[in-house]
Amino acid sequence: MASEAEDPNRRDFLVVAGNAFAAVGAASLIWPFVAQMNPDAGAKALASLEVDLAPIKEGQAITVLWRGKPVFIRNRTKEERDKAIADDKAVLQDPFARNLSLPDSTPATDADRVKAGHEQWLVLVGICTHLGCIPKGQSMSDTKGEFGGWFCPCHGSHYDTAGRIRKGPAPRNLDVPPYAFLSDSKIKIG
Amino acid sequence: MAHHELTYQPKSRMAKWWDERLPIARLMHGQFVDFPTPRNLNYMWTFGGILTVCLIVQIVTGIVLAMHYQPSAAEAFNSLQHIKRDVNYGWMIQSFHAVGASMFFVAVYLHIFRGLYYGSYKAPREVLWVLGVFIFLAMMATAFLGYALPWGQMSFWGVTVITNLFSSLNEIIPGMGTAIVEWLWGGYAVSGVTLNRFFSLHYLLPFVIFGLVVLHIWALHVAGQNNPTGLDVKAKSETVPMYPFAIAKDAVGMFAFFLVFAWFVFFMPDYLGHADNYTPANPLVTPPHIVPEWYFLPFYAILRAITFDIGPISSKLGGVIAMISAVVILLFVPWLDTSRVRSAKYRPLYKIAFWFFVFTCVALGWLGSKPAEQPYVFWSQFFTFAYFAFFLIAMPVLGLIETPKPLPKSITESVFGSGGGMPAGAAAAPEKR
Repeated sequence: MASEAEDPNRRDFLVVAGNAFAAVGAASLIWPFVAQMNPDAGAKALASLEVDLAPIKEGQAITVLWRGKPVFIRNRTKEERDKAIADDKAVLQDPFARNLSLPDSTPATDADRVKAGHEQWLVLVGICTHLGCIPKGQSMSDTKGEFGGWFCPCHGSHYDTAGRIRKGPAPRNLDVPPYAFLSDSKIKIG
Repeated sequence: MAHHELTYQPKSRMAKWWDERLPIARLMHGQFVDFPTPRNLNYMWTFGGILTVCLIVQIVTGIVLAMHYQPSAAEAFNSLQHIKRDVNYGWMIQSFHAVGASMFFVAVYLHIFRGLYYGSYKAPREVLWVLGVFIFLAMMATAFLGYALPWGQMSFWGVTVITNLFSSLNEIIPGMGTAIVEWLWGGYAVSGVTLNRFFSLHYLLPFVIFGLVVLHIWALHVAGQNNPTGLDVKAKSETVPMYPFAIAKDAVGMFAFFLVFAWFVFFMPDYLGHADNYTPANPLVTPPHIVPEWYFLPFYAILRAITFDIGPISSKLGGVIAMISAVVILLFVPWLDTSRVRSAKYRPLYKIAFWFFVFTCVALGWLGSKPAEQPYVFWSQFFTFAYFAFFLIAMPVLGLIETPKPLPKSITESVFGSGGGMPAGAAAAPEKR
């Protein structure tokens, strides 16, 4: 009966091993109950959306629904573009382009928020980066805020004509979703 | 208080049979009939009973509503109209539930202010107080989840804005906030999936509250009730049995309270709601002015008051931290107050601070309903500072510098004057027992 004197003995080992086994088992049982709340396969299936731009006249904008989120598509006027380019040199609240097709560190110039050759078209996820409201500015009669782009009525965020946050509590520029021009008048989002 | 005289006597054979097997009648009799309550309790002490009834009203009406409600994005809005128009007495039961949420918060706020005024959180009632704060937190969660269910514009955008608060965690660990928000939503935006889980949790939480209430009452019955003097009960003569004395007083308070409740239910059931919630949820249009229900407005004002960055913390995360702190700080109240005197009745400076705090909460509530513009933003910041100053400055400092008024020697003295004993006339009925 020498085993009683051993330290750590076989019983200690069994207790530790048993508890560890139970802990891992409990954790692996809990995970499915947590993970079931994550976006399901249907939501994850990256739906892509083709949009015909032909009916959108200069100065007009439309909103389409992509992955449950509104996407703003704006055909900017020459003045709006010039203003956005001039503001590249202004002090920006968020210095990054937030263009999902470009690297994270890309600066927030107007050129990096649009596609080369299609500079009049601005495509943005139309969700305020503050708390998720839909900013005003899509319809002609909407208030567009102090910088002529969009204005979020919930907590007063002002976006400029390149969708960059200029004033108010929103921390980031409006996101530019991944999209590509299929022809001069048709894009594919996603 | 835990050890008081028990008068339970099972009379029938049936009662005796049960008493030897499961003495639940004995337990109830001891806790809710014989239980000694201080004889000087005022009407502010009736809200505990009122809140219990409020919880029961919400659970009973809620179970009925769940029998007729459809928790799907396509059907939710219409099923609510179905309940209000077609279901027998649905209009009444739905009103009881919707108005009941507001009345529940009226009662809980008065109950919390009562505790703050009379120092009901001080030793030996710290655990009692902390459990109360957890009940308050669970109530807020339940009310928020429930407000999503009508699936109108305010429901949808209220859920969007509040769940997005978690996205501010991206500033601490990039990606964490987004992961949590998408986990809560079950998608990339608020949708019917979100509504379904909110319904499930809205049904669950009231039973969690019920469990917490049992613990709250247990803790209360171990420490015993505080009273308007804040003095400890020193003799049995300073108490009266809960039944009929405290119960009768509770009944009067409850009657008055439910008169107001019924007035809202039957004459202005929508007064406390928002017209925007009669527009079905639309993920493409945000209403111009989103406001939460009145009972969340003070906290909403605090969220919006932080319009400036604090060092590395952005205004967004700062607002979220301030709002959460405004509730969580209540947990620390028993240890923030340094005064040995419980009741504000004998604390002249604290009494002023208390009433200014009440004013602060009302002012924040009003500011929370206003748009995020000047001068409202400035005053929100001013009163947010005042709110935290009450807990972090007034509570610890006043206890050290204030000279309390002379305390009566006992509850008896405070009731009958400093003559000490009982005036002949006053003792009359209760003491003969």
